[in-house]
Amino acid sequence: MSTAVEPRGWAKAALHINGWLVYIFFYAPIALLVLFSFSDNRNVGIWGGFTLDWYQDFFDSSNARGALSNSVKIAIVVTIISVILGTMAALALERFTFKGKKVFDALLYLPIIIPDVTMAVMLLLFFGEFFDVLDMLFGLQLRKGFWSITISHIAFNISFVSVIVRARLSGMNTNLEEAAVDLYASRWKAFRHVTLPQIVPGIAGGALLAMTLSLDDVVITQFVTGPGWTTLPVYVFGLIRKGVTPLINSISVIMLLASMILVVLSLFAERARRGG
Amino acid sequence: MTAAVELKAITKKFGDVVAVDNVDLAIEDGEFFAMLGPSGCGKTTTLRMIAGLEFPTQGSLSIFGEEVGTLAPNKRSVNTVFQNYALFPHLTVLENVGFGLKMQGVDKGETRSRSMEMIELVQLEGLEDRKPSQMSGGQQQRVALARALVNQPKVLLLDEPLGALDLKLRQEMQLELKKLQRDVGISFVFVTHDQEEALTMADRIAVMHEGKLLQVASPEEIYETPANRFVADFIGRTNLLEGTVSDSETVILTNGTSIRAHSNFAAGTRVSISIRPERAKITQQNDDGNPLSSVNGTVETITYLGNARVYGVKFTWMSLEVREENRPGVQLYEPGTPITVSWDHDAISVVAD
Amino acid sequence: MTVTSEPSSESAEATPQFEKAAQRKESRRGFLLALPSYLYLIIFFVIPLAIVLVYSFATRNRFGGTDLSGWNLASYERIAEPIVRTILFRSLWLAFLTTIICLLIAYPFAYFLATRRPAIRNVMLVFVMIPFWTNFLVRNFAWRVILGNDGPLTKTTEFLGLGTHELLFSQKAVVLGLVYGYLPFMILPLYAAIERIDGQLIEASRDLYGSGWQSFRNVLLPLSMPGVIAGSILVFIPSLGAYVTPEILGGAKTTLLGSYIVTQFLTARNWPFGAALSFVLMAIMLVGTVIYFRKGGRTL
Repeated sequence: MSTAVEPRGWAKAALHINGWLVYIFFYAPIALLVLFSFSDNRNVGIWGGFTLDWYQDFFDSSNARGALSNSVKIAIVVTIISVILGTMAALALERFTFKGKKVFDALLYLPIIIPDVTMAVMLLLFFGEFFDVLDMLFGLQLRKGFWSITISHIAFNISFVSVIVRARLSGMNTNLEEAAVDLYASRWKAFRHVTLPQIVPGIAGGALLAMTLSLDDVVITQFVTGPGWTTLPVYVFGLIRKGVTPLINSISVIMLLASMILVVLSLFAERARRGG
Repeated sequence: MTAAVELKAITKKFGDVVAVDNVDLAIEDGEFFAMLGPSGCGKTTTLRMIAGLEFPTQGSLSIFGEEVGTLAPNKRSVNTVFQNYALFPHLTVLENVGFGLKMQGVDKGETRSRSMEMIELVQLEGLEDRKPSQMSGGQQQRVALARALVNQPKVLLLDEPLGALDLKLRQEMQLELKKLQRDVGISFVFVTHDQEEALTMADRIAVMHEGKLLQVASPEEIYETPANRFVADFIGRTNLLEGTVSDSETVILTNGTSIRAHSNFAAGTRVSISIRPERAKITQQNDDGNPLSSVNGTVETITYLGNARVYGVKFTWMSLEVREENRPGVQLYEPGTPITVSWDHDAISVVAD
Repeated sequence: MTVTSEPSSESAEATPQFEKAAQRKESRRGFLLALPSYLYLIIFFVIPLAIVLVYSFATRNRFGGTDLSGWNLASYERIAEPIVRTILFRSLWLAFLTTIICLLIAYPFAYFLATRRPAIRNVMLVFVMIPFWTNFLVRNFAWRVILGNDGPLTKTTEFLGLGTHELLFSQKAVVLGLVYGYLPFMILPLYAAIERIDGQLIEASRDLYGSGWQSFRNVLLPLSMPGVIAGSILVFIPSLGAYVTPEILGGAKTTLLGSYIVTQFLTARNWPFGAALSFVLMAIMLVGTVIYFRKGGRTL
């Protein structure tokens, strides 16, 4: 849209103010949270001098550290598997036609639109039944834990990864792959040397999204977790419901920091995408 | 001598749509061969079948006698220059050019030296470490050429290679390509919808329309003796006068006028007489001319082209274009002037649909 | 699909059979590529969904377990009960409120964004997205802190002589949290739609004596309607199924659909009922999504 349509007078002022207010609205809570994480006061939200006690509390808390390590372990496995499956799905949808393709396409969108709560319920019931069946057939006694959480996270992440990689694939010039085979590349080599480099930014973006969604997830994890496998968000969520403490604040800021790092990384992936 | 590329009864169907209809074609070694036609005529599909990017539905396709119709593209000694060059954006010019060699397993040293040789041949030395996005359209095209030719293909295929260039650059590249082909020596098969381009560059042209091959001949032949009405109309500009064959030397126009025109069609065949605008002459209306090779009319419009004038001449039943070179001393005619348009009976052709 | 697969090493004349075989081979390749994800989704998505459906027809037995024999519609009938209806309508109402508020805030913002210079636009967009990418839980917690009894907001209102506020644990707090969480979902589609509009159309409107308001109503608004619809659905749907935000900011007085469903599984132990509610929620979502795509919504 050309900038010649900028409104004049009071409308212009109003728009500018609205713009700034929105940004303040977005960042103020985060800024305040960071601020209060350093506040020496048991009451979160009241300033009481600078302290690092609450971060110390976090490092001292084995529960918190345990939850963090669980989250990271799960996120890594989830990301790897989601990226592989999601990329394969994207390739299949963008470069091939096959029977049942439309159904597959629609199916891939469901996990994106489905509400957290419904998915949590679905998987809770599923694992219940699944473990019963395994017990009945093989006498195998499984419990919810690492794998139930990981499997659940992968279930929705495949879709997110595939959407991002698909966008990248469809924007790619298909002549490139033709040129590659014209120049004596086998199908696999054409993929490895031409297609893959082109979609790497998309894969990276998908990986970051998968990692973020896995690290962030609360409801689904809460429903399918088992003893000893509390993740950080679930842990924090549990704490919040019992009451607001400074420890939660410091953990929150740490989580914030982790998110920020991932965001910055994804921005670099975006830059790489535009450059190449 | 074995043809470089030979197509026999090649047909390609996409579902119910017949893109290429029973084409027989032989491209000689060392030829600059053009495939010409409007969009959708099947020329690009045919090219892709030679490259191996499509498989024919039916027919035989051989390269220097070897049947390759069903062979994968990476197993044919044929390389393609794509319409938008399809340069690999993540690789440098040098890596692009050497890609085919690398895929064939040629060792690094030889790949590098052969690639550099090619880069010099297309006059891009010094730019080999650039990425394609840092190069102009003309330079990208040369990279695409180098990338294809470095593999010493038996035939080079070019898909509308000059389409993306502006006019001046295009004209330069036309001459360069022609020279390149003579230097390299192999057949160049290129596809274009620009008939002027085909006439300029090609040794022989194949005109296609709606999947069918209409005529394969030298530019002169195609221009002077088009095989049918479509070819006559598509190549260059022409005046088409409808009529019926009366005998081997006469055609009777729809308004009853008899015109002297040689043809081999049976009497009664519906034909058109094709008179190129530059083959017709305008003179003051007179009765000296041969009535079988002239018509009387009035000047209606004059279009000034700088190097020529095109007169739109109106007759009671149609209009003609006559092209008059803008030479000093040539007679000019004002609109409204009654004039006679005449021509040499050898300089026209008779075409059927 | 343009790149063709490798046939047998022996080359022969082309025939329709060969062509079909080549196409089939290509098809099979694609199918095999898709198969792992396909199977995964069928096992870990479609089947669980089916199980929910089955459970919704089951009965809750005395111990809080689920009796799968004896199918009935008791759970669905319960949805018609006043308590449930209240919760349902409350959730719909709050989701609707959230959507409207987001629309009112996001539209001017999106217009503002779309009329900046291209270089600035991208930077501004990035800064809109950054908070969105940070942890959802944390962002809700931040509001919990701010709205707390001794929190900064109270301090501010006391300072301004307005006394204490009662925002926390009210519907207002929930809407605030939802707006905060989903505003980017409204900004992005609106921005995309407005950005696509040819600015000359607005200029034409003014050239033809339209005032600012008239130009907005008659040109800008109709043309940006796809964005309005897309954004509305993108906000309404997640708001309807929200769980974390109401839990943290809402408190006991404002039970919404999401929390209500979770309660069925964790405390009330009425799984069939919970299943039925989940399914209804899912159905509403599906309808909304279909509308979104019908109105030409694009994938994110």
